[in-house]
Amino acid sequence: MFCIMAWRNIWRNTRRTAVILTAIVIGVWSMILLGSLMRGMLTTMVENGIATLTGHVQVHAKGYRADPVIENSMTSPGRAEAAVNKLLPPGGHWTARVRVNAVASNARHASGVTLVGIDPAKEAKVSFIGRAVNKGRYLKPEDKYGVVVGKALLDKFETRLGHKLVVMSQDTTKQIASRAFTIVGVFRADLEATEKEFIFITMPAAQDMLKLKDGVSEIAVLLPKEDGVAAFAQGLSSALPGSYEVQTWQELQPMLEAYLSIFNGFIAIWNLVIFIAMAFGIVNTTLMAVYERIREFGLLKALGMKPRWIVQEVLTQSLFLLLLGMALGNLLAWLSIRALSGGIDLSAFAAGAEYFGMSRVIFPEIAAGDVVLANVVVFFLGLLVSAYPALKASRFTPVKALAHN
Amino acid sequence: MSVDAKMAWRNLWRNPRRTILTVAAIAFACLLLIFMLSWQFGSYEAMINAAVKIHTGHLQVQAKGYQEKQSIRQVVPDPQAVAKILAKAPGVSHYTFRSDAFSLVSSKQRTYGVLVVGIEPEKEAQVSTLKKIISRGSYLLAGDKNGALLGHLLAKNLQVGLGDEVTVLGQGRDGSIAATVLKVKGIYRSGMDQFDRSSLQISLQNFDDTYTMMGAVHEVVAVCRSLDAVPQAKDFVAAKLTGLPPKHPLVALDWDQLMPGLLQGIKIDMISGLIFYFLLLLVVAFSILNTFLMSIFERMHEFGVLMALGTTPGRLTKLVLLESTALTMVGVAAGLVLGCAVTWYFQDQGIALTGASDILRQYGLPHRMYPQLSLLSALLGPAAVLAITFLTALYPALKIRRLSPLKALSYV
Repeated sequence: MFCIMAWRNIWRNTRRTAVILTAIVIGVWSMILLGSLMRGMLTTMVENGIATLTGHVQVHAKGYRADPVIENSMTSPGRAEAAVNKLLPPGGHWTARVRVNAVASNARHASGVTLVGIDPAKEAKVSFIGRAVNKGRYLKPEDKYGVVVGKALLDKFETRLGHKLVVMSQDTTKQIASRAFTIVGVFRADLEATEKEFIFITMPAAQDMLKLKDGVSEIAVLLPKEDGVAAFAQGLSSALPGSYEVQTWQELQPMLEAYLSIFNGFIAIWNLVIFIAMAFGIVNTTLMAVYERIREFGLLKALGMKPRWIVQEVLTQSLFLLLLGMALGNLLAWLSIRALSGGIDLSAFAAGAEYFGMSRVIFPEIAAGDVVLANVVVFFLGLLVSAYPALKASRFTPVKALAHN
Repeated sequence: MSVDAKMAWRNLWRNPRRTILTVAAIAFACLLLIFMLSWQFGSYEAMINAAVKIHTGHLQVQAKGYQEKQSIRQVVPDPQAVAKILAKAPGVSHYTFRSDAFSLVSSKQRTYGVLVVGIEPEKEAQVSTLKKIISRGSYLLAGDKNGALLGHLLAKNLQVGLGDEVTVLGQGRDGSIAATVLKVKGIYRSGMDQFDRSSLQISLQNFDDTYTMMGAVHEVVAVCRSLDAVPQAKDFVAAKLTGLPPKHPLVALDWDQLMPGLLQGIKIDMISGLIFYFLLLLVVAFSILNTFLMSIFERMHEFGVLMALGTTPGRLTKLVLLESTALTMVGVAAGLVLGCAVTWYFQDQGIALTGASDILRQYGLPHRMYPQLSLLSALLGPAAVLAITFLTALYPALKIRRLSPLKALSYV
């Protein structure tokens, strides 16, 4: 009975209901849409971070993270590789890398870079580089003197495919090892900084140049699902002796983790702000609806209706209003996210996006958590603020209410 | 006060609760916008200043093309001539010379590729924060023969401390080998990992000897009295530069050209902020639309009587608009006062963003941020609120114009 009464009461004044409904719909829509855009931006950021030679989990020799130099490499990685192989869930991939600071130079330019020695086939399954080469070719296992560099580095060095690049770095005997490579491929990355930082050669070439023998700097693991990361890292850590360190991407990239928590906080605050703006409308509209019916409430009370029932009736009205607004708002948000699924292109601001480490295209992403948060905020706080007019309505005494006009 | 104004004001307080709630909604929107805009402007200014202080200065004179290629051969051959121009440029408060060369720097244990920068210690201290961020040891003296300053991360990577020796190996301006031995004199901590990891400063005189610069430098860096003074100073310098020998063309670049990402990044932030505010205003508008609508529809009978007595619909429209304007004004005024008070409080106290300090550090920002209340940030938000509430109030007010007394009187 409450439901029928409440529902009919809502539509006694169509225009008023439509207006407040619009406020709720816009509120819910903007919460979910903006949340999804921010979430999409973040996810791309995290995915790029993981694909840019981080992976989900990495294994290093103890001390490498604090001081990433060649002396802190894993001299015989066989044991760690076996442990990774044993624990790796189906669908996961891993690869080993040599990673050292180096200086790249040609006749005209010199610059500090990170030299990465990779196993081409395995690396392609773990990080971005396998699909990022867009000029020339990717490395082949037998390449002894081939190097793949980023587009930005190529431009900075005023060089091109087929030309030589001299790479210098310190080898395990503390001597400067230097070797000339031929540029066989050029890769593009989402961030120019990545294109300038990394140059890739094959692992045997790196091990030979740096006198590493079989040693590697790191083993990177990409898991099929992200939620298994902590458990996998724990398992791997306990399977390996103390001379190894196992770290998750959150530990390897603390900045990404910090961005995540800032944005989560921001989404929550934004939801609250929008809600407050709409709460004034909800309270005011409900209050008006209640005052209009003051005689009616007085009569009902005189006829023996309990105050509790009046509260319940008014709250049910708000409930319907909120549910309807939420349903429409969610639908609208879903439609606009679908419409934007091609991504929002920030190329016009590419340098600006780069400055903040954002990718050039933002794809909205629906995260269940964000949608639930927005709806929960609107629903519960909406009912909470409606309590004020509801209680007001229940306190009208029959005499006063009937005297009111 | 005219009769209309008096009537409007009294009408407002016929339903004080509703009026107060509506005023509160408007005030809330104003308060939020003032605070947020002040916050955004404050952080932009802090970002620009931080980047300018540590890296580029407001204005630089370089050889044409140096910004893109950064080759050691692209020099300002006669820095004194440029200095004379800068000394006369309006708004420029300080300037200094710098030279850069990418070189190999080795300690006993380690070797890293590093940007070696030649600075004039005394003038540099007026242009950048370098002197202030020295965390161990001391700053360079003018004409220092072999002292070096380096970032704490580079010191850690090289495994060197104060007083240790490092050797530098690079290429001179004439293509010869440039090599020297330096002593670590000071270690600095800017907070920006990239900077602390990859640069080493020596005196310009030492740089000149080591890299056979023959008196030339790479950059003449200037700071202006304020950001607003930059364009004028730049125009002046650019015009005067054309008077120098045309054999080595020089260019004047401002901080935006030196760091193209920064201004664009700010624009992205600004635009996304505007979208947020627009949506917020839309929600506020619909939240208060009902107040305006109700205040008219519940008085239809009254309007009918007034019209029957000879009041024109135009005057009624005016009355209703006066009411909503008064309401809005009260809300905006309250929001303005509260918003400025809240912003001013935080401008004084700062807001600690401890969780984000690692990220802020990378942009040279402190973990305590200060909103900047300005005329623009204080008035922009309330103006937008005023505009949108006025538009909202227009719809019900215009409904009255088409009202006939008969229809109004029979309205229930």
